[in-house]
Amino acid sequence: MAKGSIVAGCLAPHPPHLVYADNPPQNEPESEGGWEQLRWGYDRLRESLSKVDYDVIVILSPHWQTYVGTHFIGLPHCTSKSVDPIFPNLFRFDYDIEIDVDLARAIHDQAKSDGMSVKMMENPDFRVDYGTIVSCHMLRPEWDKPIVSISSNRGMHYYSPEVMQEMMLELGRATSKAIEASGKRCLLVASNSLSHRHFTTETNPPEDMSKEHITSHAMHLWDMRMIELMRAGKSQQILDEMPEFCEQAISEADGGAFSWILSAMGIPEEPAILHGYGTIIGTGNAVIEWPCHEWGDD
Amino acid sequence: MSGEIVKSLVVPAHPHPVLCPEKNEGWQRIRDAYDEARRQIEETDADLIIVYSTLWPSIIGHQIQADPNPEWVMVDADFHDLGSIPYSLQIDTEFAHAWNAANKARGLESRTVAYHGFPIDVGSVVALELLNPGNRIPAVICSTNVYSNRAETTVLAKACMDVVKAQGKKAVAVSVMSLSNRMFTEPIEPHEDRIHSLKDDEWNRKILEFLSEGRLEDIGQLSRTIHDQIRVKKVVAFKPMWWLSAMNDNRNDLTGEVLAYEAIHGAGAAVVVLDPESNGTGDKEYDEDDVEFYGGDRNVLDVEEGDDHGVALHDPTTGDTSFNTDKAPKPVGAYPHARKEGNLLYLSGVGPRQPGDNSIPGGPIRDSDGNSLEYDIKAQTRAVIENVSRILEEAGSSLDKVIDVTSFLVDMDRDFAGYNEVWAETLGKVGPTRTTLAIRALPTPIAVELKVIARA
Repeated sequence: MAKGSIVAGCLAPHPPHLVYADNPPQNEPESEGGWEQLRWGYDRLRESLSKVDYDVIVILSPHWQTYVGTHFIGLPHCTSKSVDPIFPNLFRFDYDIEIDVDLARAIHDQAKSDGMSVKMMENPDFRVDYGTIVSCHMLRPEWDKPIVSISSNRGMHYYSPEVMQEMMLELGRATSKAIEASGKRCLLVASNSLSHRHFTTETNPPEDMSKEHITSHAMHLWDMRMIELMRAGKSQQILDEMPEFCEQAISEADGGAFSWILSAMGIPEEPAILHGYGTIIGTGNAVIEWPCHEWGDD
Repeated sequence: MSGEIVKSLVVPAHPHPVLCPEKNEGWQRIRDAYDEARRQIEETDADLIIVYSTLWPSIIGHQIQADPNPEWVMVDADFHDLGSIPYSLQIDTEFAHAWNAANKARGLESRTVAYHGFPIDVGSVVALELLNPGNRIPAVICSTNVYSNRAETTVLAKACMDVVKAQGKKAVAVSVMSLSNRMFTEPIEPHEDRIHSLKDDEWNRKILEFLSEGRLEDIGQLSRTIHDQIRVKKVVAFKPMWWLSAMNDNRNDLTGEVLAYEAIHGAGAAVVVLDPESNGTGDKEYDEDDVEFYGGDRNVLDVEEGDDHGVALHDPTTGDTSFNTDKAPKPVGAYPHARKEGNLLYLSGVGPRQPGDNSIPGGPIRDSDGNSLEYDIKAQTRAVIENVSRILEEAGSSLDKVIDVTSFLVDMDRDFAGYNEVWAETLGKVGPTRTTLAIRALPTPIAVELKVIARA
């Protein structure tokens, strides 16, 4: 069996506003659009990924929050309705998702043997979190690829950003090892925004772009700094600055996905591609691709 | 009609007491305590259960569940292996919508939600499953805003009480929360469960000592300290004591009873019942303002423009003897804030609108469609006097130099007492002459305006 590989990594933010603005048939609410800079960024990402062959999407979402270790969905098929508890006016989505349970279990087992606290989720009534659904839908609206759904262990809140990052670096290494052993070609997805300070009011309609902007200049500076580091291939510097980024930008990277994906990709020194940047209800969001398939072996 | 809180509860949020109490003696004691709390509720004439859940975070203000019959199957994000909890709840939608309106009247961002499939949080499901099986009593559920501070949370409770009183409800107030919330980060066997650390246990026992003495306001004032000491910094801080205290008029002399205190996967879980009867001890001692109206700057999206309340605003006119300040609200016509003649200052009529965003402390008296709204005359009167003070200071004078005031009220019957109370606390101590008139309306949706003459 050929070695498995990570064909690409993506930073794929998940605000439900993006699906709402896209008006897919699975989502009940209807909009007049909005957040085009980001949605066009996703268009470019999809176009780029259309040239890459992959078997499975492996995604870590900060909206499946677990405090007792890292969890993996262990059901082959998940069908239900996802309603965002924070923006239910925007996101009520009927989903039908195939899970690659074999790969999920392989990552679970590898992480466990590496000393991490992990658990498989096999309750058939469980609802997939909306972060996973939004990122996957924006990446691949055909829903024709199975996914591996990984929870966000809240290590930062229990311990510190540094401990969170160490745990996620370990999980990233375990993910990489399990993928390599699986023989599968995987698209890795970190489902998170950058700076994460929201407005606490909503425009009417929510897609009124005349009111959309970053919440503060400091948040903008952090977003641009992180994007520049990604574009320059300075992954190690990102990891070095992650604790400050998490705390000062109230970043959603606190959920661990950003650190995890950099680790799984081997802390790449190759430049990432920025497909789009925009704010959503004040938070900073970037659509980023690391085209690992172009980098060759070592 | 007069409503009241007939009982207040602190209850834990984890699903263990519903799904597997038999696996651990402590979880069973929590379940038994839940059952005892249910029996105590059934002995009252309660007709509403109000749930404030720390496990339902919100960002756009506070959200209130208004689906008359939310139904689904709840699975905990962490403890999914324990099983599922099907739920079918009965929500008092009339109360939910009224609470939402009352929130807005007190300056809060707020909205109702009513969507099929909405995921009711685990804490609310567990609490209502155990306290109110079969939906014997209608319920209402409110989220916890991740950004809300003490003032916002306190006002949320006061808005809720506005409706409890207006609708004559006999309500049970329920805070769904852990005490210390640090769980073990590894799976454990049920028999291994204990409070995560000795420090957490000591703090939990201190909290319970206060609660058993009915000292809700004291716990409220310790909330930030408690959060720093024994709380994992999740999105929702230790806010429920602010809410529960304000639901009980910030009292420190309730009658409290701790029915159980145990560990659930390391977190501090307690069932506490608080009755409104005074235990005869403990006066309240405020360290902080007892805020009535939320005037904080949460409305980031609109702060630059503000609401002109349908009336065009003008820059104050200028002249040799005029005084104007950007620390007072913009005029609604072509006139200055104040004018000096001789050694006297004559102020234009001053209302409570705030400089900058034009908001009205205490809330506007009507909405843009002309519908009457609840408002706080005392908050409006205080804001008027603060505006007067700012204008006087701009002109080199001060509040203690006021010599004559003409006051205008749009509803003398409703507002005179509140206005008079604030007057007594402020200008009443200065001693100007005063005339109070009832008038039909003012240009903006405010209830009070003062016309002031002072020494320069």
